[in-house]
Amino acid sequence: MAEPALAVRRLRKSFGALVVTADLDLDVATGECHAVIGPNGAGKTTLLDQLAGELVPDGGRIVFAARDVTRLGPDARARLGMARSFQIPTLIADLTAEDNVALAVQARTATAMRFWRSAYRDSTLRLPARAALARVGLAARGSVAAGDLAHGEQRLLEVALALAREPTLLLLDEPMAGLGHDESRAMIALLSSIKGTLTILLVEHDMEAVAHLADRVTVLVAGRAVASGSYDAVRADPVVRSAYLGGDA
Amino acid sequence: MLALPAAAGVLHQPFWINACTRIVIFALVAASLDLIVGYGGLVSFGHAAYFAVGGYTVAVLAQHGIDAAPVAWVVAVALSALLAVVVGALSLRTSGIFFIMITLAFAQMVFFALIAIKAWGGNDGLPLGARATLLGLDLRDPTVLYFVCLTLLVAFVACAAQLVESRFGIVLRGIRGSERRVLALGFPTFRYKLVAFVIAGAGAGLAGALWADYARFVSPDMASWSRSGEFLVMVILGGIGTLAGAVYGAALLLGLESVLSGLTEHWMLPLGLILLAIVLFAKRGVYGWIAGRDDG
Amino acid sequence: MSLALEQLLNGLQFGVMIFLLAAGLTLVFGIMGVINLAHGSIYMLGAFVAASVAGTGAPFVVAVLAGAAAAGLAGIAIELVVIRRLYARHHLDQVLATFALILIANDGVSMIWGKTPLNMAVPAALSPAVTLGGFIYPAYRLVLIAAGILIAAALYVLISRTRLGMLIRAGATHRETVAALGVDISRLNTVVFALGAVLAGTAGALLAPILAVQVGMGEQILILTFVAIIVGGLGSIRGAFAGALLVGVVDTLGRAYIPVILKPIAKPEIADSLGGGLSAVAIYVLMAIVLVWKPRGLFPVGPR
Ligand SMILES: Nc1ncnc2c1ncn2[C@@H]1O[C@H](COP(=O)(O)OP(=O)(O)OP(=O)(O)O)[C@@H](O)[C@H]1O
Ligand SMILES: [Mg+2]
Repeated sequence: MAEPALAVRRLRKSFGALVVTADLDLDVATGECHAVIGPNGAGKTTLLDQLAGELVPDGGRIVFAARDVTRLGPDARARLGMARSFQIPTLIADLTAEDNVALAVQARTATAMRFWRSAYRDSTLRLPARAALARVGLAARGSVAAGDLAHGEQRLLEVALALAREPTLLLLDEPMAGLGHDESRAMIALLSSIKGTLTILLVEHDMEAVAHLADRVTVLVAGRAVASGSYDAVRADPVVRSAYLGGDA
Repeated sequence: MLALPAAAGVLHQPFWINACTRIVIFALVAASLDLIVGYGGLVSFGHAAYFAVGGYTVAVLAQHGIDAAPVAWVVAVALSALLAVVVGALSLRTSGIFFIMITLAFAQMVFFALIAIKAWGGNDGLPLGARATLLGLDLRDPTVLYFVCLTLLVAFVACAAQLVESRFGIVLRGIRGSERRVLALGFPTFRYKLVAFVIAGAGAGLAGALWADYARFVSPDMASWSRSGEFLVMVILGGIGTLAGAVYGAALLLGLESVLSGLTEHWMLPLGLILLAIVLFAKRGVYGWIAGRDDG
Repeated sequence: MSLALEQLLNGLQFGVMIFLLAAGLTLVFGIMGVINLAHGSIYMLGAFVAASVAGTGAPFVVAVLAGAAAAGLAGIAIELVVIRRLYARHHLDQVLATFALILIANDGVSMIWGKTPLNMAVPAALSPAVTLGGFIYPAYRLVLIAAGILIAAALYVLISRTRLGMLIRAGATHRETVAALGVDISRLNTVVFALGAVLAGTAGALLAPILAVQVGMGEQILILTFVAIIVGGLGSIRGAFAGALLVGVVDTLGRAYIPVILKPIAKPEIADSLGGGLSAVAIYVLMAIVLVWKPRGLFPVGPR
């Protein structure tokens, strides 16, 4: 197999006495969609936060794009090609949906500060922003303040922001959570359409989505990877059934 | 804003010209503060420090015989910007109330340093010499000084308005809304905040320089914490995040102060009550009322 | 040596008095999330009431109790009328509203008591100086230290051992849980605010005999108090205690020793300016260093 897009080695993190990431190893191959599942409180979000650079691990290494990024901040990792969505939508509430995406486009195209030309009339920002909105089905909602969007729309906007960044690695934290039936369908279709064009690490509770999207599944329980393999193999694993699926399904 | 003093100038009423000059100078401070408070979400409780550094620069240069305004003002802006670089670099690592308090602490340092420096008059302050010129204009003429100040205010607000609509400005607003998100998109937010903080400090420094030429006197009081509080009051009164509102805020506060102090010796009491009522009941400030969007 | 000890005692005395203010301020922030700039005004009120009650010939203890009670009542009124409207508001609004309260309090006090400072006599029984080791020290200041430490200990017991204390501790971190227990949160807030006000008023009353009781005294100590609670870590009583002692001692020792240290190494007029300046900013330098090193203070309280 080629060099993995993301390699995690012996990652450790505790909050006080609570071990949230326990000597975790994880490889995400370039181009695959890798799902991380696990019960509530298993440490999935904490893992994503460490991958994205928001939390500093207590030990271990994170290698991304052939670089050790363990000590880099979230902005530096984003510039290397990571993008993430948040479990709790984290948008700029008082800017419009389109401005939110335009900011992501701007982050991709130029990091130098520009003080003069209006960003509101800059077609190099606006056109890609509208395209990204259209892609997630929010074309008609561009002028609504992000904080006024419905919950499902905010989730879609989260994904639009991440996509507009044109990352090589996409970290998604429960993009299906709280979506209605139709919205879930739309989200799965959207993710299917981008699958293969970039590497995806998908944290998800929704098993239908995982079954649809994931090439490989890692099961996290109490910060530990208890199983890893295809969806069907993981489903059949007795350890997983007792630790997780058994209680849930 | 323009019409009143022009008319008063024709009538040669220095009282009105001077009142308007004061408003214009404080409006400049308020607008610069609004840039970071209203757009960056950075509540600085030490903005008076830059005002004082600007003022003292002009006064100390005059003490050493340098009274050509463009030189003195440029140096004043540069020094206050430099102070803002240092303070910003140290304090922008914190946020929320910690940021409020650390900016206050740095301003207190400036305040006490000015009191301690006897060569600059210590507690008593430092008067400026008789002369002050700007490219051949006599700045002691109240009307001339007023129009110079007004020009600078308009230029600053126009530039700031352009700035907040620029790519830089959108990032700044983004930071105010959710710094976490802006970081996750890949912007080095610390640098953006620092640049905004320095621009704001430079604006206040310019206003301080103008104040020195207006009052012909500077004192440590320019850096006091109640001054910093007053600047915040102006921003709030005008409606935060509305650069033009800062002008209304400055005018309203100075107007209230002079009207109330003309009525009673105990004018701070009614002023406090009015401020309290405004904060509690009008979330978007006076500009919000005027613009009809008191939506919080 | 004895001079150093004397300065240390002065610093300790100053520190425990700052703690009396810091405790209330930090609790109000920790539980209600409100920055209260008017806390110094409550302290000022305590001092004024104590000084004028003592001026009528009432015993010292009565004067102090009166000051504390007046401060408590003012605190309840302020909480009911202003502070409870600020809970959910941005810090900026809180700063502004309580800044307005300072204006109101300062002018109100000067309307009632006038502009000339009041004096309050040190109670006769406590006015003699005592000899401690090699130096003479005012007994009253020792009483202040003892009173401050006693009150701090009582507060510790209150917070760690009583039901009210349990609610206060829980209220700072788990508001919803406390509300779910059926506790009237807004009553709890009023009680906590009043408690903070009583402590501040007590500090004002106790300090009245050794300070000029005048308008503006509140702001001076308020800023030091803020430095103390920021250095200690907002919301933490332990942090407030550590921060207050640190501020008291650093400020006192700075003023006493920085000029002395500079004298041999700088020209007199420079040593004078520099010494005065450095000793006045010592605590702000302390705060800046602490915050740059630990952005949430020495004893940070849970994530917020
Ligand atoms: N900042 C923190 N301080 C202390 N404990 C924390 C912190 N963040 C998370 N935790 C705890 O760590 C554990 C793992 O949390 P995490 O959010 O990573 O779980 P998760 O797998 O994402 O759960 P969910 O499916 O509910 O999103 C939980 O028990 C949580 O309470
Ligand atoms: Mg999670």
